Amino acid sequence: MSSAVAKTAEGAGALPTPPAAPRKSVTGTRLWVAVLFLLPALVLLGALVVYPIGYSVWRSLFDASGSGFVGLDNYAEIFTDDATLVAVRNTAIWVAVAPALVTALGLIFAVLTERVRWGTAFKLIVFMPMAISMLAAGIIFRLVYEQDPDQGVANAVVTSVHDVFADESVYPKARPNTQVSDLRPSGGGSFTTEGAVRAGTPALLPLVGIAPNRLPGDPEDAKAPTGNGVTGTVWLDFRLGGGGEKGAVDRGEKALEGVKVEAVKDGKVVATATSGTDGTFRLPESADGSRLRLPGSNFAAPYNGIDWLGPTLVTPAVIGSYVWMWAGFAMVLIAAGLAGVDRNLLEAARVDGANEWQVFRRITVPLLAPVLVVVLVTLMINVMKIFDLVYIIAPQPTQDEANVLALQLYLASYGGGGDFGLGSAIGVVLLLLVLPVMWVNIRRLRKERQR
Amino acid sequence: MTALETPAPAPAPKNPAPENPARAGRSLAARVASGAAGGALRIFLLLVALFWLVPTFGLLVSSFRDPTDIAESGWWKVFSAPAQLTTKSYESLLENDGITDALFNTVWITVPATLLVVLIGAMAGYAFAWMDFKGRDWWFMVVVGLLVVPVQVALIPLSGLFRDLGIFGDIIGVVLFHVGFGLPFAIFLLRNFFAEIPRELLEAARLDGAGEIRLFATVVLPLAAPALASLGIFQFLWVWNDMLVALVFSSSGSQPLTVALQQQVRQFGSNIEVLAPGAFISMVIPLAVFFAFQKQFVSGVMAGAVK
Repeated sequence: MSSAVAKTAEGAGALPTPPAAPRKSVTGTRLWVAVLFLLPALVLLGALVVYPIGYSVWRSLFDASGSGFVGLDNYAEIFTDDATLVAVRNTAIWVAVAPALVTALGLIFAVLTERVRWGTAFKLIVFMPMAISMLAAGIIFRLVYEQDPDQGVANAVVTSVHDVFADESVYPKARPNTQVSDLRPSGGGSFTTEGAVRAGTPALLPLVGIAPNRLPGDPEDAKAPTGNGVTGTVWLDFRLGGGGEKGAVDRGEKALEGVKVEAVKDGKVVATATSGTDGTFRLPESADGSRLRLPGSNFAAPYNGIDWLGPTLVTPAVIGSYVWMWAGFAMVLIAAGLAGVDRNLLEAARVDGANEWQVFRRITVPLLAPVLVVVLVTLMINVMKIFDLVYIIAPQPTQDEANVLALQLYLASYGGGGDFGLGSAIGVVLLLLVLPVMWVNIRRLRKERQR
Repeated sequence: MTALETPAPAPAPKNPAPENPARAGRSLAARVASGAAGGALRIFLLLVALFWLVPTFGLLVSSFRDPTDIAESGWWKVFSAPAQLTTKSYESLLENDGITDALFNTVWITVPATLLVVLIGAMAGYAFAWMDFKGRDWWFMVVVGLLVVPVQVALIPLSGLFRDLGIFGDIIGVVLFHVGFGLPFAIFLLRNFFAEIPRELLEAARLDGAGEIRLFATVVLPLAAPALASLGIFQFLWVWNDMLVALVFSSSGSQPLTVALQQQVRQFGSNIEVLAPGAFISMVIPLAVFFAFQKQFVSGVMAGAVK
């Protein structure tokens, strides 16, 4: 795998010098034969690649319809118009973040896989996304990033981790029956009794708002508390089929287990309790004379995970999918470079007492620097032109926030914009961005020729 | 010869060993510690591999679930209810004319675009490597310069040109676009490969009386089979996986699978039963190529990634 990579990695980024062609033809080519071999390629390249460059430059100086000369106005618009400015900013973020992230991951994977026996299998798995289209990758990640934790695996993981560390709200939609109890809203989704609780007089905290058959688990019937002390019941003051007295614990009415009850005196929580399986709770004697509060956490809406494709996270989310696609590319190229590193150097450092991190940082990385540069440059060129992933993953409402130059070019020219002037200007900007690489490639070739 | 095989010599490490305790022979403690580190490393890599597999696996599982099941629960629920799996989505997808037509269009676009690039690129590459004509190096430099031209720059000019030629929205327009942008890399790769063919081989064939064309067809092309395969596989996947070019240059009758599926994405959520199997059908060929021709595939993708 790796030797094949090394052999043909030449097209990547900055080109290594190709072999010089023999000066003399073996056959003493007649001109018409050379023309015959070259003509199809040169005609196609001229018409399909060279001509478009010239036309784009010219077209970018005219307005949307192509009739009015506007000079450099289209270029000015790229850097002043709000929509294109977002695209410029996002493309800058992409170029600054994605290649570095992919290269770093590729480096880590390449170094680590050398130490396990199933390194090749690992490489195969990580490299596989390179084979599929950005469209398919986009669809894959649309599903990963689905907001609903019952659909998207990302939020399924996030919510289950969240629920381990945070109290799950028990009864999101419940509220007190304010007609028959003195529980009143007290801010932050909590409810507090207006009167004080007395030892020996059980407090009744009736809740409504949930259907009895929608309660989680298999709840018991609620009971009125017995015995002395500061006690009470939290229950669902409603039963299927109706009947019963409002504000009283009737037969068949369900207990609400696990509701938090706080005893509050002068604004301070002096004791807390949680309702049991029969809905009753018991507070210490010290709670005598305090008011009872049901904190908002009992009723908070369930945690729904992260809004991956919302306006703030959509670009990082799409970059994440790009990293998934391209880490394998960086890894395989870097692994090929690593195979050429002299092991004796690493071993010598280890013998001298350097730890693995020092060997990596001081020897492996500097030795790999040329490869890392090739990978970085290649990815930068690639990322400047990123289109499909953003177009597919960013949902319509946040597409503007995720916009990048290549997408803006498409939207301005074909996606209802119809502005070929602006589209051409963006195309020319994209070309200008890769011009340094073009120049480096040509210079290397010339150097080789002059030798 | 390549940047990869011979990295520049590294600067001598400055004092890589700050301390040097017990360097001779590794102590038992050190071995236990490195064993634990090895275990942590394996677990880490295993988690990464899982992380890389799960997204694709999720879509694969979804493509084999009933739409009502998909709407109700996450794909991971199949582990507790494997009976849910069904090929229904694929069956209805293959009865959907829009999708099957698009699949055929993908083939009609990809095959000619690949063959033409390989053939025309090989001819030009051979001329650049072994023929003597004025301005040869200059022309080749132009080709190398064109390697990194972004396709985006040609969308608008070529939609005008193709309209004038009456091929806008036709398969042939999409094919032509891919041929144009596939050629610089093809010529570059093949010229470098041809240039390394030993001169004696060609001269021997010449002495046997072979003309330029016969020399090319019977000696050069067979010798270059590995390079032609790498190039062909890369170009094939490039065109097969393309969406942008087809989005602009195809119409409803000529659109490939990527464009057809892209339109479905616009109403995502309501039609995952089309998207999931559709995406998988579009992935089957590239993945098959990936597993069957790993070596050529890797070298092709690596070499051509600059596009």
